[in-house]
Amino acid sequence: MLWSLQSRENIFQRALYGSAFLVVAILILFFLTLLFKSFSAVWSNGWGFFTGVVWDPLAGVYGAFPLLLGTLLTSALSLLLSLPFALSIALFLGEFFRKGLFSAALRSSIELLAGIPSVVYGFWALFILVPLIRRLEILLGVVPLGVGVLAAVLVLAIMIIPYAAALSAEVIKLVPQDIREAAYSLGATRYEVIRRVIMPYARSGFFAGILLALGRALGETMAVTMVIGNATKMPSSLFDTGNTMASLIANELAEATDPLYVASLTQVGLLLFGVSALISLAGKYIVRKYSVEI
Amino acid sequence: MAILSIQNLCVSFQENMAVKNVSMDITEKKVTAIMGPSGCGKTTVLRSINRLHELSAHARVAGRVILRGEDLYALDAMLVRRRIGMVFQRPNPFPTMSIYDNVAAGYLLNGLRLDRRELDALVESSLRAAALWDEVKDSLRKRGTFLSGGQQQRLCIARALALRPEIMLLDEPTSALDPKAAASIEELIVRLKDSVTILLVTHNIAQASRVSDFTAFMYLGELVEFGLSAKMFTAPGDKRTEEYLTGKFG
Repeated sequence: MLWSLQSRENIFQRALYGSAFLVVAILILFFLTLLFKSFSAVWSNGWGFFTGVVWDPLAGVYGAFPLLLGTLLTSALSLLLSLPFALSIALFLGEFFRKGLFSAALRSSIELLAGIPSVVYGFWALFILVPLIRRLEILLGVVPLGVGVLAAVLVLAIMIIPYAAALSAEVIKLVPQDIREAAYSLGATRYEVIRRVIMPYARSGFFAGILLALGRALGETMAVTMVIGNATKMPSSLFDTGNTMASLIANELAEATDPLYVASLTQVGLLLFGVSALISLAGKYIVRKYSVEI
Repeated sequence: MAILSIQNLCVSFQENMAVKNVSMDITEKKVTAIMGPSGCGKTTVLRSINRLHELSAHARVAGRVILRGEDLYALDAMLVRRRIGMVFQRPNPFPTMSIYDNVAAGYLLNGLRLDRRELDALVESSLRAAALWDEVKDSLRKRGTFLSGGQQQRLCIARALALRPEIMLLDEPTSALDPKAAASIEELIVRLKDSVTILLVTHNIAQASRVSDFTAFMYLGELVEFGLSAKMFTAPGDKRTEEYLTGKFG
């Protein structure tokens, strides 16, 4: 052999280090690019970028607060809406029906649901969800736009269910059989075992699932863009149109010609990056805090 | 007198017959040991008394288990399990609960309401009965999983005792413990029989002879011999028992 075992080992190790370092480097460069490209906007928009409620590129006014609110609002509401379903599916797959035909069918459906391109979701929402919402709006006597925050929340909720459900189901399966048996041996019913033993044990894993779903909701662009109405203003109700950071960028970047406009859009990207990072870090902290030491 | 009567118990998992026609009467406030080589069905007998076998979908049971004249299979499984305590092979305190909550778990889980003072007294008396009180009385709010293996097992015994069971089922309670911790559990078993009937499954012959009043020997799903420990360990009636005791198999 030309190469000794040791040198092969070294090459392997270097390849590992190299790829790991590359990922970190890409992240840092990514952040720096956003920072540099938005620098002029940060300078010129000042604090007004975060607090301003008017986004008017023609007048050169860039207030991103409605976008921030739109992103957080749609994500939070869709998360809230999807949780009961995600949790039920997770319990179904992780506790009640671990094997069998129906379980396999449900599992595949969830995987499929996660794999559908978001433009298809948007398409579906536009043709099915929006007319339904319009009918509801007529019934309630509000302006029947159809598109708006509610449509975005509903389609997002459906999109993120698979993420939270799949991870939570795995976590539930990881709960050791012997502590389940301990609970049953004390005369607990299945519901009591789930509520007092399985849920507390799997808590941090649920949280990780929720976080994954939230990350998906925060960054989701296409489906939201298609149904939210793309009006950068403070939404007055759930039925009103709005906008999110990701949608705004997708919609306006192509037509932005003014350098400050482009820089401001990049600054929105930076803000989205920051919000996602913040939520991910906070989530990590909580997951660690609540994980069970054995 | 017999508190528990097992009559013609057969348990099968799919095609596999794990327990074949076992009958025995368990005497009140005595320690009865079920010993035998692994796979002889002794744990299955134990688990079909508190109906824990029902957790696995393929288990089928025939025969009767009578507790104080009541057919346990005619009652609700949850109620049966509240009357029968169980301690498992590996210590399994609830990792998310404090020591206090672990002992009170039977009440917390079942949603039985007790006022604070009653619960405090119950936790203390159960921990005292399990010979753990002095070691943990200052850390009742800490997680039970920080205790040593032997302490965790005594915590599990306290948890079972807290429901004031009529019978305690111990499934090889010392097999995951070091010799010193095992000895303290054995000591505890002997002490507990004044207040509760104990059914102990073990593959440890010496342990059976040390702590039990009655011994059952099971082999390949059958009950080979059942009687006073004093007799069985000195003059076994069946050739297979003798071979097992002298280490020819098992």
